[in-house]
Amino acid sequence: MFQWFHRLASLKNFYRLAEIITPWLAVLCAILLAVGLYRGLVVAPTDYEQGESYRIIYVHVPSAWMSMFVYMVIAFCSAIYLVWNMKLADIVAQASAPMGAAFTFLALATGSLWGKPMWGTWWEWDARLTSELILLFLYIGYMALRGAFENSAAGAKAAAILALVGVVNIPIIHYSVEWWNTLHQPASITKFDTPSIHISMLIPLLMMALGFKLFYLVNMFSRTRSMILEREASTSWVRNRAQENNL
Amino acid sequence: MKEFLAMGGYAFYVWTSFGLTFVVMTAIVLSSIYQRRQAINSVKRQAAVARQRADQKNSL
Repeated sequence: MFQWFHRLASLKNFYRLAEIITPWLAVLCAILLAVGLYRGLVVAPTDYEQGESYRIIYVHVPSAWMSMFVYMVIAFCSAIYLVWNMKLADIVAQASAPMGAAFTFLALATGSLWGKPMWGTWWEWDARLTSELILLFLYIGYMALRGAFENSAAGAKAAAILALVGVVNIPIIHYSVEWWNTLHQPASITKFDTPSIHISMLIPLLMMALGFKLFYLVNMFSRTRSMILEREASTSWVRNRAQENNL
Repeated sequence: MKEFLAMGGYAFYVWTSFGLTFVVMTAIVLSSIYQRRQAINSVKRQAAVARQRADQKNSL
């Protein structure tokens, strides 16, 4: 187990592994997003309460889930980096942060565009919305902190600690709709009993959610590989591949 | 088709949401491609500098 862990942690092996699986993930991602979009916008029936406006769910909920998922990836990688000083974990966290911020922005913006026709307001200082906004600030703080240090290792350590402290916000976001009486509707999918959404609406949502996850993975792998190249530019394996024109 | 685009009167909210998502995700992909190009150029540049240094050493 530890040997396997160690091998994966090698930047060279990760570079090769990501190179092999990324095209497959990209194809799967494109199919899921195309079919999910078609089924969500065209096939899924109109909601009897919200009319057609509910279709915003197909971009809003996947973005919101990704905003939390990417943060958990960053926090997990930060813990591994702080404990075992594993360079790869730090690179993955660094590559993920801008995408996490982008998904958080999308969750907030599409939520606002959904809130206006349904609640009659673009913004309300309700628990779910406020905690999601704090998540956006955590991402921005994480990236700013990394950039603020001359010494990049010191910046990485400081940012990793910030990421771990910020984890406390994740359960607050998730449970905010239960703990506080809010404007935001409670979870309709991630409940233990059966989801309160019709299957013809649920399937495209799950396809979009998986599509978003693969989209993140494809871009994260690509960015991680770019960062590995920059860090390992002077090593023999990168030099050899550069010579073969096979980076 | 017209009915589909009208989104039951919610056209502005629905299409702005999907459009914004499309723009942000396209920007993510373009930025990934740009970062990869930068990284490859940087490796090639550094390899060229290293080769030059090695050549200079040999000619001395």
